[in-house]
Amino acid sequence: MKVRIKFAKYGVMRYIGHLDIMRYFQKCMRKADVDIAYSSGFSPHQIMSFASPLGVGVISNGEYFDIELKSGSAKSVMDSLNSVMVNGMEILSVKKLPDGVKNAMASIAAARYTVMMKEGCEPENTDDSKVDDFLNREHINIIKQTKKNEIEFDLKPHIYEFSFDKNAYRMLIDASSSGNIKPLSVIEEYARFCGTHITPSNYQIIREEFYTYDDDHKLVPLEALGEDF
Amino acid sequence: MSDKLALSDDILMNIEKPARYIGNEINCVIKNKDEIDIRFAMCFPDVYEIGMSHIGIQILYDMLNKYEDVWCERVYSPWIDLDKIMRERNIRLFALESQDPVKEFDFLGLTLQYEMCYTNILQVLDLSGIPLLSKDRTEDDPIVIGGGPCSYNPEPIADFFDIFYIGEGETKYRELLDLYKEHKKNNTSRYDFLVKAAKLGGMYVPCLYETDYNDDGTIKEFRALRDDIPLKIYKEIVTDLENEDYPVKPVVPFIRCTQDRAVVEIQRGCIRGCRFCQAGQLYRPVRERNVDDLKKKAMQILANTGHEEVSLSSLSSSDFSKIEELTDFLIEECSRKYINISLPSLRIDNYSLDTFGKVQDVHKSSLTFAPEAGSQRMRNVINKGLTEEDIIGGASMAFERGWSKVKLYFMLGLPGETEEDIKEIGVLCDKIARAYFDLVPKEKRIGGPVQITASTSFFIPKPFTAFQWASMNTKDDFLNKAYITRTSILSQLNQKRIKYNWHEADVSVLEGVFARGDRRLAPAIHEAYNRGCIYDAWGEYYKNDVWMQVFEDLGIDIEFYTTRERDLDEIFPWDFISCGVDKEWLKKEWLKSKEGIVTENCKKKCSGCGAFRYKTGICMEHVKKEA
Repeated sequence: MKVRIKFAKYGVMRYIGHLDIMRYFQKCMRKADVDIAYSSGFSPHQIMSFASPLGVGVISNGEYFDIELKSGSAKSVMDSLNSVMVNGMEILSVKKLPDGVKNAMASIAAARYTVMMKEGCEPENTDDSKVDDFLNREHINIIKQTKKNEIEFDLKPHIYEFSFDKNAYRMLIDASSSGNIKPLSVIEEYARFCGTHITPSNYQIIREEFYTYDDDHKLVPLEALGEDF
Repeated sequence: MSDKLALSDDILMNIEKPARYIGNEINCVIKNKDEIDIRFAMCFPDVYEIGMSHIGIQILYDMLNKYEDVWCERVYSPWIDLDKIMRERNIRLFALESQDPVKEFDFLGLTLQYEMCYTNILQVLDLSGIPLLSKDRTEDDPIVIGGGPCSYNPEPIADFFDIFYIGEGETKYRELLDLYKEHKKNNTSRYDFLVKAAKLGGMYVPCLYETDYNDDGTIKEFRALRDDIPLKIYKEIVTDLENEDYPVKPVVPFIRCTQDRAVVEIQRGCIRGCRFCQAGQLYRPVRERNVDDLKKKAMQILANTGHEEVSLSSLSSSDFSKIEELTDFLIEECSRKYINISLPSLRIDNYSLDTFGKVQDVHKSSLTFAPEAGSQRMRNVINKGLTEEDIIGGASMAFERGWSKVKLYFMLGLPGETEEDIKEIGVLCDKIARAYFDLVPKEKRIGGPVQITASTSFFIPKPFTAFQWASMNTKDDFLNKAYITRTSILSQLNQKRIKYNWHEADVSVLEGVFARGDRRLAPAIHEAYNRGCIYDAWGEYYKNDVWMQVFEDLGIDIEFYTTRERDLDEIFPWDFISCGVDKEWLKKEWLKSKEGIVTENCKKKCSGCGAFRYKTGICMEHVKKEA
């Protein structure tokens, strides 16, 4: 059966890169004795695919990967995995996916982020009065640096929600493979709109959740497509 | 554990691989520091990925942390990028588990695995804020203790250490720690503690000894400064390895390390008396672990780590009496669990080829031989019991089963080596290629025709070997010999099928200086460090010109340590240490080597090396047989 696993990554674990996290979970599957399926061939590997890589330094409360499970219950998988987690890694949910559900990576439509000042950094832009004006513009054009040249890009259709309360920016933005935008692009542009600028390295990004479209074309968390087993 | 980190987010986000410095790995040990008496920082003075691959540290880490009153943590050399930042911002070196400064610890243990890490020892001390010289340390500094193979000639780095632990760590640490607790309780002086430690056995406390020299620079006398400490220090070894503990919960790194697998130590020591090999002498006598226990432990380690690969560790694994039973067991168990086996380089025969065939793709993997010398004459000189028939026969067997890649390892600069001996390297490679073309018809040459890779390293005479008296080659000799090897390979019929690799010569010269060096080298290491040398083992950071300048400025004659052939009666800097093997026996081996006379291995016949004094392992087999 196809199983979707949701996890959080925080604390010192934010310094572990994506490839190492994949290796970490492969080890955890064996250590926790999860009955995961292996591919066939000369060097079989665990059938496991991640929704999206998380950058080094970013914290997340909503990461996902799918595995092919041969036996076990949601509770047994979750408990045995949590019993082998290191500090800063936590399994949040284990759900069985009905047939026909796309894999985690292909399902992603949007992501929710909280972005706040890192500890010890002075607040840079405290103007929370211009959020409505910022969002009400017809276009929110930014200059995107590509490998060859600079192009103009409109953020507006990719921002679904945006708010700012001095301590933290909160946003729901496009994370699909075709229209994915970065949370820092949004706050950089907001700062520019307020007539100031920000230093990206002063911000802690927290990915809160990944969303996909359900049958009614409503955004729902990636785990909502699964069921208990 | 809290989220406490010694380095700020700003630093961690701007250095390579921050995972090297955060700890928190699977199976790392966290204790409450208020509930323990002794804090031990165990350091491998090289980068994390190298240090984490070392099983010696995993063994001691496990042992020390099983003591309720001790918390052992790990320390590695910060990489070049972080080293620079720590100096600029005055950040103290810290241990991974607690992230606390090393300076606050009771002990700093350093494992000395190769000579080229010596400047990294100073880096670790310096960044920790511990005075580099033992004599400058106070009651506020940790006790700095060294161990591992280089501690068998500790003299070049004697000034930097308070104690050297000679031999295997399992035997004496408990006593040393108890002594330390007593010292803390009674508030005695550091000096008093060191004197008591020196009497424990296996402990060398350099500040309690002095060396006098002759006019020609050789040693006149090595003296103890007190009457109540031993003049000869015998190595410590585990005499009951069958029942000795082994860590089944090793720390599992997040980042890919040199050794990214479960490692099971199957035996210590080696029966082969290769005359160039230091490890073969230092760890005598051969002692095997219990095979049933090894099977159990291997499975426990895999279960506790989640590793996807397991390997066996020892010198000359084929000599382990239960190697087939153990390998068969692992293949059976691991294939069921999708775990790979990385086999040690076994002697090539029907059994090992069958076994390799089960776990590797024969068309992709290669076969390894270490003849060490090209000619049979030279192999007799070095007592390498491998004949041309063994090599050609083994390779032929493998070719018939589908292998087509062969790797060969040789040394250049061996004592008594002639140009003819060197040229034999090319001839041997060519014979292997010819065997392939004779045996394997065209239509069966899957994966392309035969590929032979010959690699040469430069021979460096090491203490406690038969060659400790030998002259080492100069850099020019080495390069010339590499050139002769290359020419000899290029002149072979099948030269297009043979690839040749050789080592850098500069760093071999420096290693040669330290390997047989004495106390007068410490100021040079100190000065080279002051002039910016660290990570000398890393080709891209090795500064040969700086080292050469330092030796010149300090009036140190490199050739005194390298090319000089020692007199049979010369007192060596390491003579006060005993690794169990007698100097008289080594002398006999040296003389036999000059005649090209071989010595049989320990299994066949005891040659009376002196290791019998430990009354264990292979030495007792002979006693049993005779009884």
